[in-house]
Amino acid sequence: MKKTIPRPVISAEKAVSFIRDGMSVMVGGFNYGGIPYTLVDALAESGTKDLYLIANDTAYANDEHPEGIGHGKLVVNGQVRKVTASHVGLNRETGRLFNEGRLDLELVPQGTFVERIRCGGFGLGGFLSPTGVGTIYEEGKQTLEISGKKYILELPLRADVALIRAYKADTWGNLVYIGTNRNFNPLMATAADFVIAEVDEIVEPGELDPDCIVTPGILVDALVLKGDGYYASRT
Amino acid sequence: MLPALDDELVRHRIAKRIALDLEDQAVVNLGIGIPTLVSDYLPSDRHIILQTENGVIGAGPIPEKPDLRFIGAGGRPLSLVPGSSIVASDFSFGLIRGGHLDATVLGTLEVDEEGSLANWWIPGKLVPGMGGAMDLVTGAKNVYVATTHLDKKGRPKLVKKCTLPLTGVGVVTTIVTEFCVVRRQGGKMTLCEIAPEVSVEELLANTGMTLSVSPELRTMLGI
Repeated sequence: MKKTIPRPVISAEKAVSFIRDGMSVMVGGFNYGGIPYTLVDALAESGTKDLYLIANDTAYANDEHPEGIGHGKLVVNGQVRKVTASHVGLNRETGRLFNEGRLDLELVPQGTFVERIRCGGFGLGGFLSPTGVGTIYEEGKQTLEISGKKYILELPLRADVALIRAYKADTWGNLVYIGTNRNFNPLMATAADFVIAEVDEIVEPGELDPDCIVTPGILVDALVLKGDGYYASRT
Repeated sequence: MLPALDDELVRHRIAKRIALDLEDQAVVNLGIGIPTLVSDYLPSDRHIILQTENGVIGAGPIPEKPDLRFIGAGGRPLSLVPGSSIVASDFSFGLIRGGHLDATVLGTLEVDEEGSLANWWIPGKLVPGMGGAMDLVTGAKNVYVATTHLDKKGRPKLVKKCTLPLTGVGVVTTIVTEFCVVRRQGGKMTLCEIAPEVSVEELLANTGMTLSVSPELRTMLGI
């Protein structure tokens, strides 16, 4: 879809209507921080299924929140066929579905995970990482020896859609972040065909200091204002 | 039989001992569990910079009024010390892999004689995932394992060879339990400090890996 200026400010429902069954979706966040809650809640409501979820972790599902928190809900709802993540221990459903053979789970070291996304977004064919050499993680992967040290060849990751969380946007889609909400969000903004940013506030061009903008607006397709959900309003 | 110590005493003893090992100006990543407690015991005469895998360099204690937009490993709210900075995850792990961390402190399920550790997967049971642990043990200059000496069933966690999927191969530099400090010296796991409650014989009898006993063996610091 062709980008327009100003960037469209749309509802979360409208935003997730671009995500169709079977698509790959990147979701920003680390633990409960920096998740685009309003967007993933809408995606959970939409019932879109057969998704390939690419996220650092699968957020939460536990006794206190059996329905899940954030994109954890997508796993609980059975909307996800495959997950690529570095950690899924806080969402009991992810482990259960994997152990039952009902979910394809690719676990990747966190640094490798984000660097694969960076490669996907920045036109690189992959990179060589020392992380995981000699462990079960290495199995089935191509390795190379450079100057006597062994590395694993890691391949790029991209997605059809990225749902990210930022603090403020301007109407050109430029983004700034706050605190540890930043995490994977700026990288995911580079590595998907369609990027939707959930933000606290949208300001006029020129109001954000160009030196402080982390994500240039050319990467962002649409903006959604955060909702008033428990976590959306607190993070 | 090793003497039974109070759980809290054990956790704090391990954390305190590791804190005493950290050098002035060290950049340190603390994992969840016992490692988190290390921040309570940082020596006041040393400037130690805490890094979190999600991007903080210069993390401080939990603030009075937590702001959920500022969290560390395990989702623990944190404050920022004056002079801190925040980066995205690619940069954070660039720092980690790139050798810019002096130490990482993490828990484990098993640690073995070759300095390998296993803490991310119990096949068929728990699938938490490796998170940032594989990168941390690969990139940090010193890898501290903070662990109880025995597991919940009373079996040694310091084993001859790990049986669970490894997190890193030959990466561990120091192991601290409630009863000892073990350092990898010249490729050998060496008993360097021992708690006053146990004898060397008792300790070795409850340790799976072969330990060399340092000629400078001393009482565990910080007790």
